[in-house]
Amino acid sequence: MSRWLIDHLWLIPTVPFAASLAIFSMPNARHKGAALLAVVGQIAALVMSFFAFLPTLRAPGFRTVQNFTWFTFGDHALRLGWVLDPLAAAMLTMITLVGLCIFVFSIGYMAGDKNFVRFFAYLSFFSGAMLGLVISNSLLLLFICWELVGLASYLLIGFWIERSSAAAAAKKAFITTRIGDMGFFLGLLWLYGRSGTLLFYDGGNGCLESAGLAMLGVNATFIALLIFCGAMGKSGQFPLHVWLPDAMEGPTPVSALIHAATMVAAGVFLVARVYPIFSLGAFDGVTSSLTVVVWIGVTTALMAALIAIAQTDIKRILAYSTVSQLGLMMVSLGVGGVAAGMMHLLAHGFFKALLFLGAGSVIHGCNGEQDIRKMGGLRWLMPVTFSTYAIGMMALSGVPLFFSGGWTKEEILHVTAHWSASHLPYYFVLAGVVLTALYMTRQIVYVFFGDRRAGSQHAHESPRVMTMPLIALAVCATLFSVVLTPAWPWLHDYLTDESTHFESSRLIQPTLFLSLVLVSAGFALGIWMYRKAGAQDRQRPANTDPLEFAQPELFRFLENKMWIDELYARTVIALSWMSARLSDWMDRNFWDRLVRGFGRIGQSFGIFTASVDERGINDGVDETTVGTRGLGRLMSVAHSGQIQTYLSVIAIGVLALLLFYAWLA
Amino acid sequence: MTPTLQTFLIISAALFCIGLLAVLSRRHAIFILIGIEMMLAAANLNFIAFWRFSPQPMPPTGVMIAIFSIAIAAAEAAVGLALVIAVYRHYRTTNVDHLDQLKG
Repeated sequence: MSRWLIDHLWLIPTVPFAASLAIFSMPNARHKGAALLAVVGQIAALVMSFFAFLPTLRAPGFRTVQNFTWFTFGDHALRLGWVLDPLAAAMLTMITLVGLCIFVFSIGYMAGDKNFVRFFAYLSFFSGAMLGLVISNSLLLLFICWELVGLASYLLIGFWIERSSAAAAAKKAFITTRIGDMGFFLGLLWLYGRSGTLLFYDGGNGCLESAGLAMLGVNATFIALLIFCGAMGKSGQFPLHVWLPDAMEGPTPVSALIHAATMVAAGVFLVARVYPIFSLGAFDGVTSSLTVVVWIGVTTALMAALIAIAQTDIKRILAYSTVSQLGLMMVSLGVGGVAAGMMHLLAHGFFKALLFLGAGSVIHGCNGEQDIRKMGGLRWLMPVTFSTYAIGMMALSGVPLFFSGGWTKEEILHVTAHWSASHLPYYFVLAGVVLTALYMTRQIVYVFFGDRRAGSQHAHESPRVMTMPLIALAVCATLFSVVLTPAWPWLHDYLTDESTHFESSRLIQPTLFLSLVLVSAGFALGIWMYRKAGAQDRQRPANTDPLEFAQPELFRFLENKMWIDELYARTVIALSWMSARLSDWMDRNFWDRLVRGFGRIGQSFGIFTASVDERGINDGVDETTVGTRGLGRLMSVAHSGQIQTYLSVIAIGVLALLLFYAWLA
Repeated sequence: MTPTLQTFLIISAALFCIGLLAVLSRRHAIFILIGIEMMLAAANLNFIAFWRFSPQPMPPTGVMIAIFSIAIAAAEAAVGLALVIAVYRHYRTTNVDHLDQLKG
């Protein structure tokens, strides 16, 4: 089975794609059929991913590739291919597993939607595109799937198209990521121009193997940075992060899918995949491209964590936490901890999906309310949601020992501390950890503790089809830590192609205490700040955030997302507006006139030929016909039809002939 | 006075002219047919006359041609009369002035 599957790796993305196509062709009322097909497709992909995962366990450094020629032009052949290595296999398993939970959850969450069937078609499409991206062995194929992922995200973010905000968010996501993709595409072309191949691994000739890398030379930095532009767009890194919080306009399962299994994971995965280009010519693990990655990551992580503190929409808080965590992953990749970054990505996939689905369950229970200030007291009303949400929250905050996020964060702290270029990122990451704990505490306090408020008066627990995925993901998020501990760092070694052995003395690291202290500090700060958040306070007006009360300016600044959207509106968007206006003016006043002038020349020439035709040729032909007719009329006089006239003429003619001959003789 | 070739030729020419005149001037198709028959008779008369006054008149030749010609004339008269009847049936007239369908 595994052997066969390695040869037919393309089947894994094809199954969800096929399911998507089949669902598309279904009538709109076939809710059960569509959901069943999507879930079955996802289960099939999960099973296949699992069987593809098995052979990679056998030996460290397992890698099989399958390349084929797409088409040839001249001497060049454009080749695509599939690759199965630990990186791909781990991603496959995570995506299909998390995806399956989200699919099942969607059955409950989307139950009343009139476009239920279409939703599942998009979901399957999204999943298929992401699976294709993970196993592609060619930067071009990866780029194709990358764009398919972008398309799917566009369709799903704008799924409730009748809301203008959803349509705008979909456009924003698509255009913002497109800016990054432009850089990605340029990097791709540059890479092809330098190395002549886009295959990652090709028996020593791929662009990530020594021969291909040697051809890049100093260009590697620029190529890496251009490719990183794409990753920045997809993974919501600092200048291009603006689309990700707006993407919350989509249905909550979509947010979960985008933030956990697909889409944003693609950027981090891309950097990890082409890491040899980033680290080419590294001196002590530092290259200029990786330094850029680190600082972008640090900026993103810190900025997003700060913004998350002042948001009031339950999903937006999670969105900014995703941006922040992605920044952390980038930092980790940039300082050389590819395994740490990927581990955090995989762990994050589980607990962020859990948190989003939990948020979806809360929203579902509160009848569509998304403002955390209007919730409260939900912990007894929605016990399953609360307990799973708490697990997700602790995993995200990085509580050590029991939760997957704790171990991966520790790993990130560890690699960041040992970065030779600068110690600053380390301290920023420490601050990020505290902030994460803080804003998650704030959210939990607002949503689940305190008294019931307006939005949560009639809250109820969600149906089992929604709570079961929550429980499954909570179990995953917890059990996943087994393979992450420093005592038995199986996943780390699996990703770095080493064999693992157990050593209990490594379990307790100094960073463990450090993160314990940081997380506790964050929790304590959060509880202290927000303990009375929901309750009425004599000094504080109702519905005012404690931070807003203490520091109104700071709060306003963070609540408005550091004015970045407004900054873009004033600069980039205003510029594009102006250029659009200018083009419009040019179009109307210059090009239009030019075209109209040319038109007029053609028109007058037409009029001229028309008159020649009319006067010269037409009239000439008319005259000829009139003449011919007159002649005919004249001739027809002789043809009287009187046989005797004819005979008389003949007789006269004969007589004349006789007389003529007589005269001759 | 014995008749000479001239006498016959003059009679024949006169006969031909009378026939021609009848053909050209009469309006009735039957009269036109009669005119044609007269012109044929004039031609036959010429045949006989030239045979009779030739230096060595061979007994059967001239008469043969005349008889042949008369036979043809008879057939022709039959066809002509049949035509006249057909024309009459179709047009209800035998006046050739009204039969001008060949007018151009």
